[in-house]
Amino acid sequence: MGSRVEILNEGGFRSDGRRQYELRDMTIDLSQQGLADGSVIVAHGLTQVLVSVFGPREAKIRSHTIHDRANINVEVNVAAFSTGERRKRTRGDKRILEMAATIKSTFESVVQTNLYPRSQIDIFVQVLQQDGGLLQACINGTTLALVSAGIPLLDFVCAITGGVHSTSPMLDLSLLEENDIPNVTVAVMPRTGKVTLVTMETRLHVDRFEEIFRLAGDAGKVIHGEMKRAVKSRTSALVTAMGSGPRVGGGDLADKDGDDRMNDY
Amino acid sequence: MISFTSYPLQLDDESFYGSRQHHPDAAEDIDMDLDDEQELFEAGGSKNLTYPGEPLTSSHAYMRGHGTYVNDEEVIASVAGTIERVNKLVTVRAIRTRYNPEVGDLVVGRITEVQPRRWKVDANSRQDAVLMLSSVNLPGGVQRRKLESDELQMRNFFEEGDLLVAEVQAFFSDGAMSLHTRSLKYGKLRNGQLVTIPPILVRRLKSHFITLPCGVDLILGLNGYIWVSKHVKESDQEGEEGFDAEAVYSNQNDRIDELTRVAISRVTNIIRVLASHFVPLTDTLLLEAYEWAVDQEDGAKDLLQDDVGDLLVAMITTRRQ
Repeated sequence: MGSRVEILNEGGFRSDGRRQYELRDMTIDLSQQGLADGSVIVAHGLTQVLVSVFGPREAKIRSHTIHDRANINVEVNVAAFSTGERRKRTRGDKRILEMAATIKSTFESVVQTNLYPRSQIDIFVQVLQQDGGLLQACINGTTLALVSAGIPLLDFVCAITGGVHSTSPMLDLSLLEENDIPNVTVAVMPRTGKVTLVTMETRLHVDRFEEIFRLAGDAGKVIHGEMKRAVKSRTSALVTAMGSGPRVGGGDLADKDGDDRMNDY
Repeated sequence: MISFTSYPLQLDDESFYGSRQHHPDAAEDIDMDLDDEQELFEAGGSKNLTYPGEPLTSSHAYMRGHGTYVNDEEVIASVAGTIERVNKLVTVRAIRTRYNPEVGDLVVGRITEVQPRRWKVDANSRQDAVLMLSSVNLPGGVQRRKLESDELQMRNFFEEGDLLVAEVQAFFSDGAMSLHTRSLKYGKLRNGQLVTIPPILVRRLKSHFITLPCGVDLILGLNGYIWVSKHVKESDQEGEEGFDAEAVYSNQNDRIDELTRVAISRVTNIIRVLASHFVPLTDTLLLEAYEWAVDQEDGAKDLLQDDVGDLLVAMITTRRQ
């Protein structure tokens, strides 16, 4: 690299024109994908993942059943075309397995697994594009997919990456920044502010950590707002389409009620 | 200077949501707008939607029901859906979820496993259902003791992959359901095809066995599995003495003529279209939709095209009003 890209220029802008604390575009598509119980395509800027959730359902492998709660099974698959250089990763790749394990341990404390003894919840993450913040996209996607599958969660889990360039902290790193500066991924539950995941693959100065950690917590709340709005518009669209709302049973009475509601819209 | 642009998929669907992110300070203003909007929604009272982690009420004044949990003396929602309140009980009903069985429900299922004295049945629930050998009708008289020979030839009755219609009989302690087929209406399915839709779209009806005038029988399983088959005359169904094991456990399809095949696939496609637009199924709705589809003079497969499907749903929703 002859001329290095400036991570943060003098005007306070980053390489992609964002400011220090500015997040990338977040797009959420909650429409039905195939036969999955819940599915979502989440994009943070150019990082895009598709998450499908199946279950709770009978575990296909008997030894995977746990007698008093559901087993969460996470599989991550990285598409060969997702990176700049085309590269086929096998399913046994250590980094991918580690990411799956991270997602699993993040959600084990959030999903109310005790409601579904002897069942299994399958989470399939398909990485479509990578541009930094892969783990955050996977976690946010998994949260949304679980919500759309109707699986009980204690709260949303909102993940965000933070880094520090010399002394200035920044949020939601792109691949270019992620390769260059120390970074940390934080997942928070916004209602209580509890943190379900903190992970670092690089060394970060201990004096900077607190600041980034606090910023990431705040950014998690912003992400939560976005996720909530997406879920809200999807849920209300489905309720509207059903006419009378999810009222099963009740025969004529429910139907009459349903018709009234249809008129309201 | 490198600049990045993203190309999000553009869908005019409401399920799609995209927006630009801001500096946390600036974003707070937007959040405030959101809150106002939400209050308006709730003031309107027509939509009581909630999301995981939303505090609903105090746990002193109310009891928590399904889809909620208690933390710090607050009842908090754990699923996204509609809030329902019965006296002091607050529940949240998720909009899309797996089938929650209740005793007496009619379900359509598929055999996944044959085990000692029982079959495992996939019924779109959180665990496979159990069909005990003692809860099926056996050849040679409706009521008789199970013999060892019956145990040895369980695969003659139901094999892996067979579809059946059954009723929920009871629950096991871990919440798995037990089925029974001890009625002439229940048993193995043939002469048709299966459609799967979200269980919430199947309403409880007086009868879940529907015969359409086009020569098609429908079984609306409350678990979202729907069996569409050739019409069988009631007199044929019963046979001698009310039970004919050969016919009930037969794996052979009857001959189905061309017209009936078209009718079956048309009904199936109508169900698929309605499900993809999240319209709850009822018999009258299906009949209307079928008549409309026949009037269009299209082939059965044309229904699956987006524009035809949209027209169908538009027709139904305007009629309902």
